[in-house]
Amino acid sequence: MATSNKKNVLDLSFSLITAVASLSIIFIIVGIFWILVRESAPAIHKFGFIDFLISTEWNPVKELFGAAANISGTFMTTALALLFAVPTAIGIAIFVTEVAPNFLKGPVGIAIELLAAIPSIIYGMWGLFTLAPIMSRHIEPFLQKTLGKLPVLEVLFRGTPLGIDILTASVILAIMIIPFTASIARDSFNLTPAVVKESAYALGATQWEVVKNIVLPYSKLGVFGGIVLSLGRALGETMAVAFVLGNNHKIATSFLDAAATITVTLANEFTEADSDIYLSSLYYLALVLFVMSFIALAIAKLMLIRAERKYSR
Amino acid sequence: MDIEQKRKIESIVALVFSTLAAFAGLFWLVFILGDVIVHGIGALKLSLFFNDPVPAGMAGGGLRHAMVGQLMTTFFATLIGVPVGVLGGTFLAEYARRTKYARVISVLADIIVSVPSIVIGTFIYAIMVRPLGHFSGWAGSVALSLIMIPVVLRTTEDMLSMVPWTLREAAFALGAPYYKVIIQVVYRGAATGILTGILLSIARVAGETAPLMFTSFNNNFFSWDMSRPMASLTVTIFQYAMGPYDDWHQQAWAASFVITVFILILTLLGRFVLKWRFKQ
Amino acid sequence: MKKAAALVLAVLMSTLAVTVHAEETLNGAGATFPAPVYSAWAYEYNKVTGTKLNYQSIGSGGGIRQITERTVDFGASDAPLASEKLAKDNLLQFPAVIGGVVLVVNVPGIKAGELKLDSDAVCKIYLGEIKTWNDAKIKSMNPKASLPASDITVVHRSDGSGTTAIFTDYLSGICPAWKEKVGSGTAVSWPAGIGGKGNEGVANYVKQQSNSIGYVEFAYAKQNNMAYTLLKNAAGIFVAPSFASFEDAAATGDFDPKKDFYLWLNNAKGKKSWPIAGATFILLAKDKKDSNMKTVKFYDWAFKNGANKAKELIYVPLPKSLQDKIRTYWKANGIL
Repeated sequence: MATSNKKNVLDLSFSLITAVASLSIIFIIVGIFWILVRESAPAIHKFGFIDFLISTEWNPVKELFGAAANISGTFMTTALALLFAVPTAIGIAIFVTEVAPNFLKGPVGIAIELLAAIPSIIYGMWGLFTLAPIMSRHIEPFLQKTLGKLPVLEVLFRGTPLGIDILTASVILAIMIIPFTASIARDSFNLTPAVVKESAYALGATQWEVVKNIVLPYSKLGVFGGIVLSLGRALGETMAVAFVLGNNHKIATSFLDAAATITVTLANEFTEADSDIYLSSLYYLALVLFVMSFIALAIAKLMLIRAERKYSR
Repeated sequence: MDIEQKRKIESIVALVFSTLAAFAGLFWLVFILGDVIVHGIGALKLSLFFNDPVPAGMAGGGLRHAMVGQLMTTFFATLIGVPVGVLGGTFLAEYARRTKYARVISVLADIIVSVPSIVIGTFIYAIMVRPLGHFSGWAGSVALSLIMIPVVLRTTEDMLSMVPWTLREAAFALGAPYYKVIIQVVYRGAATGILTGILLSIARVAGETAPLMFTSFNNNFFSWDMSRPMASLTVTIFQYAMGPYDDWHQQAWAASFVITVFILILTLLGRFVLKWRFKQ
Repeated sequence: MKKAAALVLAVLMSTLAVTVHAEETLNGAGATFPAPVYSAWAYEYNKVTGTKLNYQSIGSGGGIRQITERTVDFGASDAPLASEKLAKDNLLQFPAVIGGVVLVVNVPGIKAGELKLDSDAVCKIYLGEIKTWNDAKIKSMNPKASLPASDITVVHRSDGSGTTAIFTDYLSGICPAWKEKVGSGTAVSWPAGIGGKGNEGVANYVKQQSNSIGYVEFAYAKQNNMAYTLLKNAAGIFVAPSFASFEDAAATGDFDPKKDFYLWLNNAKGKKSWPIAGATFILLAKDKKDSNMKTVKFYDWAFKNGANKAKELIYVPLPKSLQDKIRTYWKANGIL
């Protein structure tokens, strides 16, 4: 009897330890949220909620802070990056699942995943030393000469091509998120039942028609989930953009303008804010970022779960 | 041109585009890796591994302090993150199997895997650096471990769920208590899978910069002392690449090379372990 | 296997414990302006005494913030804090070395010391009102230089910076429009340009971007062979940045221990004075008695032994009389 009691105690304590360990996830989320709210309380009190989000002021001398310029920088780089990354990523997924001969599928898949494993600081440094000069010398002047001559669009390509701007940052960001989007799109494509595809082929459909009319509609939800997930990641990326964005606290009107994202502002100013309200405002920015990316990632996750359920039925 | 031909051509055009996209992806990989390798190897000197930095503008100096710092910070992050992650994943896959709690936690874990790592840096600054009165290697390790925990937890959960239930039943029949079954039977069955998760999670945090800037900070000197500021390759790359000195740029390339090789090896190792396991 | 791992861990831990007590360490952070000379001093000091002084140049704003939060042993700032602010946060302050801020340009064909700028031109460039290098105003001062029609890329700091404080204080002193629109401080709302992190980041961007202009401590320009400009000083004379012109500016300053040495050295009246100069300061937390002693010991050593190294990097070492005032200030506050 004694041994079985001892067994029970051990069993119970092991289950308790694991239970506590699983709670760590809750602790992390609640802890971060609580600390960010606590630290940003003075700034929330002083600048309010809506006012902070829409104010473009970022003036440490007058101690007036608003998030609009940073938020717009974050959204502009993210949107542009998605614009570049999504078509490429879907193309890659189509290639890997439908087009590539079998012996290529594995290596290409691994290569794309290696792209995801390269640390973001490497992307950032490569961006500064290699990509930025190419952008400023060749690509941006070329864009100014072509797209920059069109009416309306012309506004987006004004300014001196420095290579330190939204465009360069977005290209780097795009390269970073291609692998995430591609691997989720590939997984979703693979969920398309082979039977359905085969019957379409049997009816004489071309490969592209199968992709367009069967695979893509079938995996729509999963692909969207992947895109939103990449969006969530891009919102929070720091080092890859910190080198090449130029840290300008203004709402950019041109792709060739320097800008600042929430993450870049934190990286540059967090340890250096001399007044208390300045630091508190930075925590407020971190809170805004945390909530935004949490919502985006949660939506992505729910979409992916629904996609999975739909197909596993 | 008849419809049949048009459809064929359309198909070929579309598939050529997808092939081009795949090559675009490969192009970037080759471009970035190639650049890091060419510049990195050019800048790599044995002395970088044995020397500590000298004042800016002076020739010489190395990265020993940053390499050791990076290893220490990552090592202790693993020491914190892996047990918590494995045990947490165990609870979800075993005791809380198929409960709502397990589902919620694993969804939340999937979400915070991608939460901006710089936010974790600000969080640790507020709860460790400021109260303790100094930047420290410990703070850096804890920040990294918070990124590791959800990764390890999710892989463990998945891998344990894949161990067939009958295996546990066989052990129960022999009169073994649940905890023993988990440790001696289930863990053994899922060992390679969990190991892969751990390898990939180390690869994930070893390249992190943002959460270290406000926690382990940086140190110009070689140090074993985890309770003091600790250098790391990543923060050093940020400092050196942003700096004006050519010597610094060279060292930043060398550091990038070292860290990229380290991470790619871990990643590939993880993949191969996984592949080898599922072939069996 | 497990035993081996445990053994390795135990050995590792014990080496940790041993090394922790064997060495003296000191952590400072702040101004990037004096970072070249501090790190050179720290390097020497480590060789002589074994003490490791880890100085991280994160910016003066960072120096002020981190010593206020007590996360470092000392802070460093080129922007002096007023006595009230020091009293509020229980801090002490003393100058460590004097240096000059210079404008560096990267314009094809323009070499160091070739371009002349007066205060009005500098102000208008940084306000974004002078947009190209061949602007009439710049041309009139430099009739011989071949100035391109290219846009000027203005580079400033992105972090909290004492160099920025010195530079914006200079601009506020000479340019009413600047004072009204922007003001002065460690971080300001810049009307134009891109921001680099630290003196290092500004120097890096200027090196990389053609047709750019930035402001950095002279050591950074010197170490990286950058093209600095001449400036018109308060006496209306164009001067070159040099040890002599910095020293001249420094000589006009009267550092008063009663005000915790609070002083700006911009726009000195002397004929040979460089117009943008400043002392860089060390901030100590009164309650950190142990580390204050170590920090002060280091600076005492640097005052005695570091003058040559400072001169080599074109910083002006503090005159003997000021050093003595500082030592008295330390003693009066119970350190040393």
